[in-house]
Amino acid sequence: MSISEYVNGRYDRAMERGVHDRGGWPTDTPIDRREHELADWELRMDAIENVLEQHGVMNTDEMRRGIESMPLAAYEAASYYERWLFTTETILEEKGILAPGEIDARLEA
Amino acid sequence: MTFAPGDMVRVADRPHTGHHRTPGYLKGKTGRIARVHAAFANPETRAYGADGLPRLPLYLVEFTGGDLWPSAPGRDRVCADLFEHWLEPSA
Repeated sequence: MSISEYVNGRYDRAMERGVHDRGGWPTDTPIDRREHELADWELRMDAIENVLEQHGVMNTDEMRRGIESMPLAAYEAASYYERWLFTTETILEEKGILAPGEIDARLEA
Repeated sequence: MTFAPGDMVRVADRPHTGHHRTPGYLKGKTGRIARVHAAFANPETRAYGADGLPRLPLYLVEFTGGDLWPSAPGRDRVCADLFEHWLEPSA
């Protein structure tokens, strides 16, 4: 069921819902409650985000906005810390701290 | 603080395309003030780099599961932190 079908059907009113705003969506898929080991890059992503916040470079609400701005397909495919990576790059580019594509260019170098 | 514990409130059902922390499934629904938290920086402006001031009152609002989803058991409760500017008085 698409988002628009759900919103127009069940709620019977137009409503803007971000990709993250999914409480109450119908699904037949059980919640995956398995624990998993965090990879080194995930721990590092957490640390980078916290350092940026402590230094006043970005705040939690900006970080959330960046995640909410992800295209639906990218949001669905991304893991928790992949979303953190996406928003950190997004917000740092927005602030002019990173140039667009700077990290990708560094990876390819 | 406009509301006190026990007050019935309706969550505003207005469109808002920017960042906000009011879940879509609660918009237009009626609940009861369970607790007055305090005033907090506004995430709706802070999300765009502002300081989020002035701070806005935040409440814990309790909803009955069955009021949100017809199939939910009547005993279920859903509690959410909601800012005052999303709440309207409800009889």
